[in-house]
Amino acid sequence: MTEKLVIIGNGMAPGRMLEHLLEIAPGRYQVTIFNAEPRVNYDRIMLSPVLSGEKDYEQIIIHGDGWYVRNGITLYKGHKIEAIDRVARTVTSSEGVTESYDKLVIATGSNPIIIPVPGHDFAGVLTYRDLDDVNAMLLAAQSRAKAVVIGGGLLGLEAAAGLQAQGMDVTVVHLMPTLMERQLDPAAGYLLQKALEERGIKVLTKANTKAILGNGKVEGVELADGTIIPATLVIMAAGIRPNAALAKEAGLTIGRGIVVDHAMRTSDPDILALGECAEVGGHVYGLVAPLYEMARTAAAHLAGDEAARFVHIDTPTKLKVTGIDVYSLGDFADGDDREEIVLRDAAAGVYKRLILKDNRIIGTVLFGEVADGAWFNDLKKKSANISEMRDTLIFGPAFQGGGALDPGAAVAALPDDAEICGCNGICKGKITGTIKAKGLTTLDEVRAHTKASASCGTCTGLVEQLMELTLGDAFNRTAVQPMCACTTLGHDDVRRLIVAKSLKTVPAVMQELEWKTSCGCAKCRPALNYYLVCDWPDEYADDYQSRFINERAHANIQKDGTFSVVPRMWGGVTSANELRAIADVVDKFAIPTVKVTGGQRIDMLGVRKEDLPAVWADLGKAGFVSGHAYAKGLRTVKTCVGTDWCRFGTQDSTGLGIRIEKFMWGSWTPAKVKMAVSGCPRNCAEATCKDVGVICVDSGYEVHFAGAAGLDIKGTEILGQVKTEDEALEHIVAVVQMYREQGRYLERIYKWARRVGLDEIRRQIVQDGEKRRAYFDRFVFSQKFAQVDPWSERASGKDKHEFRPMATVGFAEAAE
Amino acid sequence: MTMKWIEIGTLGDIPVRGARCVNTPEGKIAVFRTAEGQVFAIEDHCPHKGGPLSQGIVHGTAVTCPLHNWVISLETGKALGADEGSVRTVPVRVEGESLFIALGTTVEKAA
Repeated sequence: MTEKLVIIGNGMAPGRMLEHLLEIAPGRYQVTIFNAEPRVNYDRIMLSPVLSGEKDYEQIIIHGDGWYVRNGITLYKGHKIEAIDRVARTVTSSEGVTESYDKLVIATGSNPIIIPVPGHDFAGVLTYRDLDDVNAMLLAAQSRAKAVVIGGGLLGLEAAAGLQAQGMDVTVVHLMPTLMERQLDPAAGYLLQKALEERGIKVLTKANTKAILGNGKVEGVELADGTIIPATLVIMAAGIRPNAALAKEAGLTIGRGIVVDHAMRTSDPDILALGECAEVGGHVYGLVAPLYEMARTAAAHLAGDEAARFVHIDTPTKLKVTGIDVYSLGDFADGDDREEIVLRDAAAGVYKRLILKDNRIIGTVLFGEVADGAWFNDLKKKSANISEMRDTLIFGPAFQGGGALDPGAAVAALPDDAEICGCNGICKGKITGTIKAKGLTTLDEVRAHTKASASCGTCTGLVEQLMELTLGDAFNRTAVQPMCACTTLGHDDVRRLIVAKSLKTVPAVMQELEWKTSCGCAKCRPALNYYLVCDWPDEYADDYQSRFINERAHANIQKDGTFSVVPRMWGGVTSANELRAIADVVDKFAIPTVKVTGGQRIDMLGVRKEDLPAVWADLGKAGFVSGHAYAKGLRTVKTCVGTDWCRFGTQDSTGLGIRIEKFMWGSWTPAKVKMAVSGCPRNCAEATCKDVGVICVDSGYEVHFAGAAGLDIKGTEILGQVKTEDEALEHIVAVVQMYREQGRYLERIYKWARRVGLDEIRRQIVQDGEKRRAYFDRFVFSQKFAQVDPWSERASGKDKHEFRPMATVGFAEAAE
Repeated sequence: MTMKWIEIGTLGDIPVRGARCVNTPEGKIAVFRTAEGQVFAIEDHCPHKGGPLSQGIVHGTAVTCPLHNWVISLETGKALGADEGSVRTVPVRVEGESLFIALGTTVEKAA
């Protein structure tokens, strides 16, 4: 008979426990889960990348809804358990559901510590524990205002970096003299503080929060020394406390957490506890590796294995802030019986310290260069005597025995039982063995089969190196999504190969890159056509039949097969003559709808295709050219009236907008590009949600990019600030050209920027003047061939066949 | 009911991997020319939302509708992939350079 297993909580620990249990004792239990959070099991370690915008929620789900259905598990979402009745052996949820159990697992996790200062309950004070917190922070970050993070530990710093990536002005307030003092020694803490400050995050140490100021709503933070930091958002990240309240009410033994034995049993043998709420051997845990060890132990126990025991292991700490590498392990305190080896490279910002006792590693702190962490960890775990290699130990495994400095060598040198994935406790041999046994070739497959790099992902590089070692050339490092069903290659490979092999026609690409279909499909052909237009502007003959109808007919197709026509109005400025010409066209061709667009243009909707050339001919006489409202190309540059009229305007925003538009019109891009220029930070042209925007200020021009206000909404990132209009134009053109050369077809600038990295773009466009000018020059060259008005060409007879029926068969003619 | 062959123009009138329309008493007919030189005619009306198939991208012996990307077989008129639906196919004859389509009942009626 199946027994009833009830689980309170649906975090990563019970999720992992169920995976083990389903594997070793399938069908033994009928499982019911109560989750206070209204969602499935997701990877909480990855909340920081979600906050910084590097991932989204869907990408961090561990078990989707289907997993529960497939495994016959009942999941109550949004049900908080309010009481455990140990006599009747039932639990009751906040929604009134009562369920009986044979075995109960408590996995209620932990609660963030709220420092009880005045104002801690104001609106705008958040904690950082779950997706709701992250969503609330993302919402608050849209204001791009000031935030204070209280607590300079792992969570606090990840929150600070994420909020800063979202455009907030962030200050970290930390009670202790150095950051992450529980994981880092003062030297590494100092380097970390410097690295954060270089990114623009302010750090105050030895700072004791006295009060949160405001009136029901956060306005600032006051420190004990009287300093006041204005802020509209305060994140409390001062630590966590095991959530043992429910267990306590049920009369179970409580210490710092729910006290369990080494088999994860509480004082009631039918009730187990695991995760952050559990206390085992006097320890409570917050990192995922020991929690997964608890999950393994609890599953074994539930499956009837009495011998399974939880073993304490030191877990390395890594900070998940992109671009800041920190690794810490074990005990790093100074002591009379201890020695240390330290390597510093100030220029490179590298610090490495090994703490030795009796010629054995007992602790490691690495900053800036952490690749050797796994090797040091392995030596520590084995308690290896390092006296033989002491002189070169700090340089890592690549320097032992004078071997060549090969990036793969460090990984190759690791023994089979060296731990690669700390979160999941996966060693090298398990990964290489599984790759061979199951014939795995992609990173996703390795993650699915071994769990390595499937949690926090910091070991992804190591796992990839292992795959390279094991598979050799058969490993395609970025097992990418193919462009379409016609090829196995992804967009990036195709773009690279077009340039590398000098492929200059669509058939040449399909032939050389072994397309699986004779002439592609509606997905790949427009993409290839764009890549070739972009890469060979002077040589490539545009493949008309590979363009979508809008770009063939130079108008936007509507649901009834008619088209809409949008003439270009430079910078959104028009005149009586232009408006008169539009009015005449509307009357003459009986155009049913005329509408003003969001990009400051006039749209004529419902034009019959046959009429298009005549409509364009009339518009052309008034000086109009195509507005490219149909193109994957430069659409519009919105402007405000700037210094011409506005009493707040700081620069000639209208003039700059028109200049940009006249310079860039006609260019094809991976996806549409919309721009705006605002004359002052009041931003009436809404430049901060555009693909590229400019905010004029007294001292010059703030160039923004990578905004979005469509399917996604996202404020822009600042590319840089420049003093003159010429510089502004050069930066804008260069960043668009970089996007033209690297973007995947239909990928908007903000998605490209997220993929490539803002720092890399700033490095190439802002810091490297030579690169910037090279991009600029390539754009200018390609414009020579692109700036031809497609409307006047067609009004003069080009592509006539496109706009006329081939034949008209009348009744009489047909009946002859 | 008798079918009647009607000359609509020449092969050269249609771009390779493209289409042209013929207005007829039976509605708009889209005439396609594939990369391999085959010619097909179907109703210019996607079974999904009535999109003008003649405006789509032609690949192999199929066309992708410009409105919502349904893929329609030019040979059978049936939607390919997961979508279901079909359009009427119209017989085509190529004689040298000349193209003919066969129109049926309504033409008779109209006469």
